[in-house]
Amino acid sequence: MPAKPETIAALAARFAGLSASEFRGDTRVVVLKDSLLAAMQHLKSDGKFDLLVDVTCVDYLNYRDARDRFGLVYLLANTVTNERLTVRSFLNEPDLTVPSMVPLWSGANWLEREVYDMFGILFDGHPDLRRILMPNEFAEFPLRKDYPLQGRGERHNFPVLKRNQA
Amino acid sequence: MSVAEATLEQRPQEQDYLWTLNFGPQHPATHTTLRLVLKLDGERVVDAVPDIGYLHSGFEKIGEHLDYNQYVTVTDRMNYISPLANNVAWHGAVEKLLGIEITPRCKYIRTIIAELARISDHLLSTGAMGLDTGAFTFFLYAFYQRERLYDIFEALCGARFTNSYTRVGGVMHDMTPLVVQKIRAFVKSFPETLDDMEKLVNRNRIFVDRMKGVGLLSKEEATNMSATGPVARASGVTRDLRKDEPYLAYADFDFNICCAKAGDCFARYYVRMAEMRESLRIVAAAIENIPSGPANVGVDERTALPTKQQVYQTIEGTITHFELVMQNRGFTVPNEETYSAIEAPNGELGFYLAGDGSNVAYRARCRPPSFIHFALFPQLIRGHTLSDVVAVLGSLNIIAAELDR
Repeated sequence: MPAKPETIAALAARFAGLSASEFRGDTRVVVLKDSLLAAMQHLKSDGKFDLLVDVTCVDYLNYRDARDRFGLVYLLANTVTNERLTVRSFLNEPDLTVPSMVPLWSGANWLEREVYDMFGILFDGHPDLRRILMPNEFAEFPLRKDYPLQGRGERHNFPVLKRNQA
Repeated sequence: MSVAEATLEQRPQEQDYLWTLNFGPQHPATHTTLRLVLKLDGERVVDAVPDIGYLHSGFEKIGEHLDYNQYVTVTDRMNYISPLANNVAWHGAVEKLLGIEITPRCKYIRTIIAELARISDHLLSTGAMGLDTGAFTFFLYAFYQRERLYDIFEALCGARFTNSYTRVGGVMHDMTPLVVQKIRAFVKSFPETLDDMEKLVNRNRIFVDRMKGVGLLSKEEATNMSATGPVARASGVTRDLRKDEPYLAYADFDFNICCAKAGDCFARYYVRMAEMRESLRIVAAAIENIPSGPANVGVDERTALPTKQQVYQTIEGTITHFELVMQNRGFTVPNEETYSAIEAPNGELGFYLAGDGSNVAYRARCRPPSFIHFALFPQLIRGHTLSDVVAVLGSLNIIAAELDR
């Protein structure tokens, strides 16, 4: 269910530079990076968006007419009124640090770790920001558009441990 | 204060007699490839650190290189216990992005297969819970019925395990009378097995003692930790996308949302057993009321692939097939991003899609319920014994292929 117009209006009144749009029943807002944490705090306490459905990221490197490199996506839901809201925020290199949402929703913990693992976005204030799916030795961020589908030979050069070394 | 909390307080964590146990990645009770590092004080689990990624195969990266019809084969391999539900979720998301409205018959067919997939998933998860806690007969009862569901899926699309049944704008092909007949027979005989299963373990002292009061999750924690599906409903969250955001044909059916208040392993088992009965009600009502008409949206709209008969015998069919299959043609995709989710057996299974005009997704993010539920694990197991690890793991129904993708 799309978010109520009042919810969007209240958010737009408090945060400058916010743009809202709708596409096929999804309400989306784009928040400036600096006001991201405040906006999410507002959505959680006043908008009653108590469920963080997902955190993900899109790399716009090859995207037509894209001005920013990364788009962070937070999908929020209200479990009482079933409103849904997509909050996006754009990031550019070299400053790929955003505030972590773990203090607001504990469910953000692993979701943000995965975004860090795949895109290299740093979450400030995250309690345990480590790689989650890729091995710790892995040096690159595989879901970035400049990383090839077949990899860069990591699979073939992977160190093989002998039984006595393990 | 429970026994578990008392033990934790008496024995501070810095004690050096804590023992570290490596559980997995290859262990019969993890069922799939995942690893837990457990910190033990005698038999009590003081802390658990999940280590995942052993089955990571880059499904989201592959999604940026396969077109909207090809990728359905990859979704089969995410939660391979209920691949049909993943197929429905994927193509539901693609059709939302493309703006395709599927036919009423297709909505019914997808509803039926999604509910059959739910029964098959819950049979495995409850059966495996029984197996892990010593009720082997229970597991065999469940698996016999799963075989019958596989027979239905085989008659439906030729594959038992990796179905890939849906297509953009429709399904692979319409249901045949044989499938309808098999589903009717299943609907008729399955409640008896459910009764047997409940009689076997619901009041079984060993099973109940191992499940009740283990792995407690409160309602607030469940929502705060993003839990959905049976795991959240066993803690008293009433959210079910089938009722809250009725998609496909769910608005036409009369069914209940099954919830429990306890939030322990037994509640999660009980919710799943109850959900199977409700799913069966939906299937029984849907199979008798399938609307007639085509299963796929019209060939003229150039959305669904035409049948082979249309391709070989009509010029429109040949042209549509050519337009859709050639790499530089295909679907009309907007430069937009959408999120669409269904109530999969394990919880909310959604796809966040970014389209860029080509017939390959620019970004195909999957919101995997197993991944989010496994993050709950350390919190649920702290203070319980080593033998409870398998009970909690089973009640969360972690499918490592979906966990790691």
